[in-house]
Order: sequence, then structure tokens, then C-alpha cells
Amino acid sequence: MPDLTEAFLELVRLTSTDLPPDVEASLKRAREQEAPGSAAQSALDTILENVALARKNSTPICQDTGTPIFYVQHPPGWSTTKLKGQIRTAVAEATKKTYLRPNAVDTITGKNSGDNLGDPAFPTIHFEETEGEDLIVDLILKGGGCENVGAQYSLPNGRLGAGRDLEGVRKVVLDAVFNAQGKGCAPGVLGVAIGGDRGSSYYASKEALFRKLDDENADSELAKLENRLTQDANQLRIGPMGFGGETTVLGVKAKSLHRLPASYFVSVSYMCWAHRRRRMTVHGDETIYE
Amino acid sequence: MQKITLPIKDDVIRALKVGDSVSLTGVMITGRDAVHKWMIDTFVKKSRKPAGDDAEVYEALKPILDGGAIYHCGPVVAGLDTGAYSFVAAGPTTSIREEPYQGDVMQHFNIKAVIGKGGMGPKTLEACSDVPGVYLHAIGGAASLIAQSVQQVLTVHKLDFGVPEAIWVIDVKDFPAVVTMDSHGGSVHVEVETQSKAQLDKLLAS
Repeated sequence: MPDLTEAFLELVRLTSTDLPPDVEASLKRAREQEAPGSAAQSALDTILENVALARKNSTPICQDTGTPIFYVQHPPGWSTTKLKGQIRTAVAEATKKTYLRPNAVDTITGKNSGDNLGDPAFPTIHFEETEGEDLIVDLILKGGGCENVGAQYSLPNGRLGAGRDLEGVRKVVLDAVFNAQGKGCAPGVLGVAIGGDRGSSYYASKEALFRKLDDENADSELAKLENRLTQDANQLRIGPMGFGGETTVLGVKAKSLHRLPASYFVSVSYMCWAHRRRRMTVHGDETIYE
Repeated sequence: MQKITLPIKDDVIRALKVGDSVSLTGVMITGRDAVHKWMIDTFVKKSRKPAGDDAEVYEALKPILDGGAIYHCGPVVAGLDTGAYSFVAAGPTTSIREEPYQGDVMQHFNIKAVIGKGGMGPKTLEACSDVPGVYLHAIGGAASLIAQSVQQVLTVHKLDFGVPEAIWVIDVKDFPAVVTMDSHGGSVHVEVETQSKAQLDKLLAS
């Protein structure tokens, strides 16, 4: 098993400083849709200028470099203990190099660890053994502002008139977008999970955010829901930064899980416009980033 | 784009209206969750006694905040090992968490400009009318760009709060922001919330 510490460091650098092309393209389209001279268009101009500058200077797109969330798919026989150690070393090194802000705060004492290493759950690392030969590592840096506006609903919800069906899901997700206003750094991307228990549901809502903005859900019902939600959310006209305008969300990604007969959870993870998501694939001696 | 120099006089504040673009130049501080709680507990409500360097830091902050600005920001800072600090990334953090504290902090220190993102609520809006002051919205996530307007980090207080939560005293030039809450009761955030609520009700009924 190779030492991948340097490769992980590059994954963190790339994720923090270089916005994925599909997200940037989506922001550019959003910019074209706003009224010339509006606060919304001006906000998107600033956002796009910042994206280019961060890429050029290799500095963080956003100062809140968030919770690093790693999803690791590894072939049989790899040591997850070693991989975890290498990832943690890379995260501490990335903090030293100012690709990451020190973000791990002890909740009891209030002390910041200074190197982004907290208890074993910080940074978050999920492992899954797969059949293939490649090691695939997805990373999301999820900031606190947008994490704070995430929401979980239990259907039915009387206040919103939301029943236990996809129409009910639509209603509660719109409520979450309304409650977020501009506080999650709109225009955001919504990860939506339907079903599961409270824990697995939130987990799946984050997993959904690893999909590219321009892909289509393989489930036709969920694909329809994603499109409808994107259109409806944009009718709220909260707009970039909550200044009012055409684009409130860049996209919606939904996922369904089996549930207990008694439970029907809808979990919404709101990702800010700075949707920092990257993938690293180790294929033999080669390491590919996308 | 209106250029504003810190400290700010009342007539300048009163002339600002929701929607105005401004650029700020001068010395300001960063302060977010831990700082606001510390200010309220130690100096406004006085529910805890000053300890350590609290009194000293308070005296150092007073002249900067009198007519000055507080920036809701937890920056990425280079030079932590040498003390030759510089800001690498410094966009705004979500301001609403300071809503329980902000109005009282503005009154106590005579703060004229609160800078952040996402807007604030009725208590802060009322303080904007009284002090008078404004809420300036910076572009969330535009951290590399905004860091370029920070000419120099003059000093840091309360670094034991952690890098994001410390009080960084910074000299800025042409710091860009938009007035989204003014001293006449105007708030973009109230407007957008009201119209989006009407839209939401329509969408829930459909």
C-alpha cells in the first residue's frame, strides 16, 4: 500500500482553491440571467472574480474551509487505519499551508485544536470496500454557514400541509429554502434525502451532493422532483446572497432510502455556491484528479 | 460606489440608503461569535468579571470602535508561526448568530458599521436607527478577493479564542460592500423575506 499523504494534500488544496468546472459554469449561466446592474448580478460578478483569483493564487475560495468530508472507496486489502492516518496528516499539513482554516473546536472547552484535527470524527472520513482495483476518494469542504441552514422534517407536516408523498417532500424542501434565505450563501445546491432514519437520512443528503450538477437522476420520479424543486425554489426569488433575483438554487440532488413504516424523514443539506467537491482516483501508479 | 473613511460621522451614515454600494478605508476589527459573547458578558451585562488581559483589550478596542466598524469574519491567516500575519482569505461569516448581541454592542461602543453576510434582525435594525449605524453586506465566499483589500494586519487580540474567533485589527483599503440595512428602518432582508413568503405560500397551495 503506497503512502498517499502528498496525494491527499493535493486533493485538499485543489478542493479548497479550485471550484469544479460544472459549478463555475452554472454560476456563469446564473449571472447571465440576472438583470444588468442589479445587486444580484454584481454579487455573481464578485463571486466569479473571486473564483478565478483563488484558482490563480492557490488560496481558499472561501475562508470557511468547513468540515472536510472524505468518502473513500477502497479495493479489498487496503488498511483503512493507514489511510485515515495519511488523510489526517495531509489535513494538518494543508492547514499549515493555509489551504484550510483551523476549524476543529472542542465543544466543552472552546479550544481550537489549530490543525483541523479533532476527535476521530473530525475530519469526517467514510470508508467503503469496493470490488474494483482503484482507490477513489471524494472530498467535500462544507462550510458552517450553509450547514447551519440544513433541515430535517418528519412527514406528515401539518403546518405546511405536507403528506407522505413526493408532493409533501416538495413542500418541506421549499420551506427549508425559504428559511435559509441568503444565509447559506445562495445560490446554493440542495442535497435531499427521503427516508432512512434521522442519521442515515442526513448522511445520504450529503452523499447526494457528490453528484455533478449537470447529471440526471437515474430514478425518473426523483429526476422529476429535482427539476420541479429547482424551478420552484427559484420562483422564491431570494436570489444570490439573498439580494433578490432569478437564481436561488443552482440545482437539487435527491436520494431515496428505505424507511420504517412509522417514519418518513426528509433531510436537506444546503451547500453554498462555493460547492467545493473534488475526486481523486488512484489507478496503479497514476493519480487522477477531477 | 461611495468611498467611506473610518471612523464614520453621523451625517455620512444618515445619507446611506439600502442598495448603496460602498467601499471602506481605514482601521477596523474582526469579531464574531466568541467576541460578541465576551463583549456582552464582560462589559455590557457585566455578568462575568474581567480577567487576564480583558480590561487592556477593552481599552485598546474602544477608540477603534468609536465611530468604527466590526467585521463578522473568521479569516485564514498566514504567518501564525512568525507573527508576521497576513490575511489569505477573509470573507464574511453569517451575521444572524450575533443578533442577540449586536444592537447592545453597537450602542455600547458607538459602532457605525456592522459588516457581514445574510443580514440581521429587528434588534440590530433598531440599533441602526438609534446609534445611528448601517449593516453592510459583503459577498459571502468571496474570500480571496476581499483579503486583497486588507493592507495590513496591525495586531491581534484574544488569539486564544482560536484563529477564526480572534479579534484581528486590520487596515483596509477599498473594502467592498452593499448597504442592506440603513439608519431609516430600511432592510433588504425584510423586503426579500416578505416577498419570498408570498411566493412560498403560492407554491405550497399549488
